Amino acid sequence: MNGKFTIKDNNIHRGSERAILHVDMNNFFASVECMLDTTLRDKAVAVCGSVEERHGIVLAKNYRAKAYGVKTGEAVWQAKQKCAGLVTVPPHYDRYARFAKLAREIYSRYTDMIEPYGMDECWLDVTGSALMGSGYEIAEEIRRTVKEELGLTVSAGVSFNKVFAKLGSDLKKPDAVTCITRENFREQIWNLPAGELLGVGPATGRTLAKFGIMTIGDLAKAPDEFLQRRLGICGLRLKLCANGMDNSSVLAAESEYPIKSVGHGTTTLQDLENGAQVRCVMLELVQDISSRLAESGKKACSVAIAIRDNNLDWEQHQCPLPMPTRSPSCLAETAWHLFEAKYRIRRPIRSVSVRAINLVDEDIPMQVDFFTDFERIEKREALDRTVELLRGRFGRNIIRSAVLFGDIHMPAHNGVPAVTI
Amino acid sequence: MERKKVYVRVALEVDPEGKVYPRKIIWADGQVYEVDRISRVCPAASTKVGGCGMRYTVRICGSETFLFNEDGRWFVEAKEGVRIPDGGEIL
Repeated sequence: MNGKFTIKDNNIHRGSERAILHVDMNNFFASVECMLDTTLRDKAVAVCGSVEERHGIVLAKNYRAKAYGVKTGEAVWQAKQKCAGLVTVPPHYDRYARFAKLAREIYSRYTDMIEPYGMDECWLDVTGSALMGSGYEIAEEIRRTVKEELGLTVSAGVSFNKVFAKLGSDLKKPDAVTCITRENFREQIWNLPAGELLGVGPATGRTLAKFGIMTIGDLAKAPDEFLQRRLGICGLRLKLCANGMDNSSVLAAESEYPIKSVGHGTTTLQDLENGAQVRCVMLELVQDISSRLAESGKKACSVAIAIRDNNLDWEQHQCPLPMPTRSPSCLAETAWHLFEAKYRIRRPIRSVSVRAINLVDEDIPMQVDFFTDFERIEKREALDRTVELLRGRFGRNIIRSAVLFGDIHMPAHNGVPAVTI
Repeated sequence: MERKKVYVRVALEVDPEGKVYPRKIIWADGQVYEVDRISRVCPAASTKVGGCGMRYTVRICGSETFLFNEDGRWFVEAKEGVRIPDGGEIL
């Protein structure tokens, strides 16, 4: 029954039932590269980050590479061990952005209710597009059109809610449409591993498996009390999803998503050996975070850091800021104290990320107290604004903290050349 | 026969509504090919040489061929073995 279309499936998406599509562009990055360069088409191809900048992992691969066991996220050398003839190509994000935009233009011929989920996936609510056909018919037409106009394949899931539509698009790949209806979802998906359900990540999957909940069906029948105890409110939500009771809406294309955090991370070109070097990297990172917070008119109430060592083990920690701010020096100082307090350097550090979280509007009223030196803070913020102005006018390297003139090699970022700090 | 992607100069006519009609294809060596007829215009991918855009099905010297407008640049699916004059761009 998987992916097979029947008249009954077709009709179920007419009338009052919601018709939600999830369209997933197959092996997106690799497919775009193979489409644009015909010499790649009969080869095993992987799009990989720069080995020199230590981003040397597989970002995407085509089906030929997949047949050799090449996996997304593994190191390039591992992939080449599996497939000696693997052709690696660097990512071209401008190309992917162009094709993602073109695909969305095709979707927009059928509905304005389009919710992107990453660059290559979208949910579409076509309930109000009955004149153009049933959910299945529209999905089929989108599949054909994307293939004809962009030369790329998509797999689409059609269902009465977002979670099942997403699941449907994963069931049959590439270049296929799968319907999951209210009548057939138990037979079609309840036997699948629980991890296939949107929202069940590796950690939740392990927790569920520990208690014998292996399939989506097991999750659907698990007692509420147990799920709440083990997974909190998320457990109950997952159960509702497994029973086809996900009522979340597809957000319209023009919906603005509230910004929840602003972060920046980097893998340095050489491992960091001590805390002072980590501090320098943090100082460099927070400059961009501060600029982006200013662009969105936000201030942060907390800071989170994530540290990955050269064994790829990582830790993350967070703590509140003394007051809402976007001052780079204040963000860096707090991030640094957090690092000092919580992280013990066991191995050389490979990557550092800083995130500004718990964001509030910049003009939110603030409780003052007798002990904080607000005059000093205001002076510092004025200085930060001036630095920001200079960076905006003359480039991000025009003015920098003196401690950043060192020997840590930072990779290029957003077209800005690599720098040494 | 193998094909290759060749970007070309194109002489266009634009009508008052903004519709674009390719009238001549100008090869890098100056050779001009008149477009006799445009039979179809639709967005399409080039399965032979890669790339996508607005595809014009045109008749040139009695035979039908495709001319693509890819974000403002025009390319043809040239036959392998056809001499690309100096200055012609093959991608």
